[in-house]
Amino acid sequence: MGMLHTVNKSPYQCNTLESCLNHVGEGDVVLLIEDGVYAAMKGGRAADVLSAVQGVKVCVLSADVKARGLEGKLIDGVEVVDYAGFVDLVTETDKTQAWL
Amino acid sequence: MSDVKKFLYVNRKAPHGTIYALESLEVVLIGAAFEQDVALAFLDDGVYQLVKGWDTSELGVKNFQPAYTALGDYDIQKVYVERESLEERGLSEDDLIEMTYEDEDDDWAEKSSIRIVSREEMAQIMRDSDVILSF
Amino acid sequence: MCKNKNKDLRSTWIWQGIKPVKLGICVLEGPYQHEASDTAYNFAVAALEKGHEIFRVFFYHDGVNNATRLMVPPQDDRHIQKRWSELAEQHNLDLVVCVAAAQRRGILDEEEMKRHGKDANNIAPGFRISGLGQLIEAEIQCDRVVFFGD
Repeated sequence: MGMLHTVNKSPYQCNTLESCLNHVGEGDVVLLIEDGVYAAMKGGRAADVLSAVQGVKVCVLSADVKARGLEGKLIDGVEVVDYAGFVDLVTETDKTQAWL
Repeated sequence: MSDVKKFLYVNRKAPHGTIYALESLEVVLIGAAFEQDVALAFLDDGVYQLVKGWDTSELGVKNFQPAYTALGDYDIQKVYVERESLEERGLSEDDLIEMTYEDEDDDWAEKSSIRIVSREEMAQIMRDSDVILSF
Repeated sequence: MCKNKNKDLRSTWIWQGIKPVKLGICVLEGPYQHEASDTAYNFAVAALEKGHEIFRVFFYHDGVNNATRLMVPPQDDRHIQKRWSELAEQHNLDLVVCVAAAQRRGILDEEEMKRHGKDANNIAPGFRISGLGQLIEAEIQCDRVVFFGD
C-alpha cells in the first residue's frame, strides 16, 4: 500500500502540486481537493504535468470539481471520488500526507 | 505494532508570514514528552524556518528561533533538510542555525541534528515514517 | 440511537470483511475563511456513514474558531459550529480545541474565563479545551490521522 497525498492549492498559485509530485512513489495516490482540483482541468499547463505522472493514481474530489464548474472539463485518467471515496483512499493507503 | 511510532513533522512554510511554523514547533515541543521516535523535515519554504539571524524586534513579535536550537534538549536528534529546497532558494547549510544533540551512545558527544538530504531521500523518509504531521 | 446505528453499520462491515478503522482529524483553518473546515466536516460525515470510528477531531491554529458558539452566519448559509456540535452529539465525537491556540484567539470555556479574569466565554456545546498532547495521543491511538488546513 502506498501513501495518500492531498493537494489543496491551485498549481497556478504555488508549487504545492509540483513539490508533492516530486516526492511521490510507485503505488501512491494523489487526491486533489479544494483549489487543488484546478490542476486537472483540460488545457491547463498543470494538466500536462499531471498527465505525465507515471505509477501514481490521480483522483479529484467531486464536490470541489462541481462547485467550481469543472465537471466534464477534466483531463482523462483522473478518477473522480466523492467524500466516501476520499475516506476509502485514506483507509486503503498506509498514511496520508496533506501538502498544505 | 510496537508502542513507539515514527513521527515525522513536515514543515513546508516560511516563518512569520503565517503562524504555521510557530504552532508546529509548539506541537513538536509538547510531543517530545510522549517518547515517540521523532524526526523533523524541512522542505520548500519550510527551510526558511532554519535560516539564522532573525531579528523580529521591528516586527514586534517574539523571536521563536531559539526554540529550534533548544530542540536537542528535547531529545530531537533528526532534523532533515532538503538539499534541493535549499539550492532553489540560494541557500546552503552555512546559512542555517546550529542544531545539536548529545549522543547517549557516544559518551554524550555533541553532534549536529541537521542532516541535509536529497529530494529522493526525503521522499523515502516520508514513506518510512508511521505518521506525518503536516504544517 | 445514532450510536447504535453506527454500531450496526460497523458489524455489517465486519461481516462483509471490511475492517473499520480508527480515524483522527485535525483542522487548522478558521470557518468561512477557508474551505478546510467544510472539507473536514464532509469527510467526517462520510467516515461515520461508512462505520468508521472517529477517535477525535482536533482544532488547532485558526481552526479553533470553529468552536465559538457566538458565530451568527446568514440563515441561508451553513452554520459551521452548530454542524460540528450536532455531529458530536449524534456520534459522541470528541471535539478538542487546543488550549494555547484557543487562548491566543479568544476561545474560552468557563474555567479558562475564570482563570484569566474574562467576562465571558464562548465555547460551543460538544467542544472541549485541552492540550496539544491530545493531538499526539490521537496520532498514537489512531490508524490514520488526516490534516485539513491551508
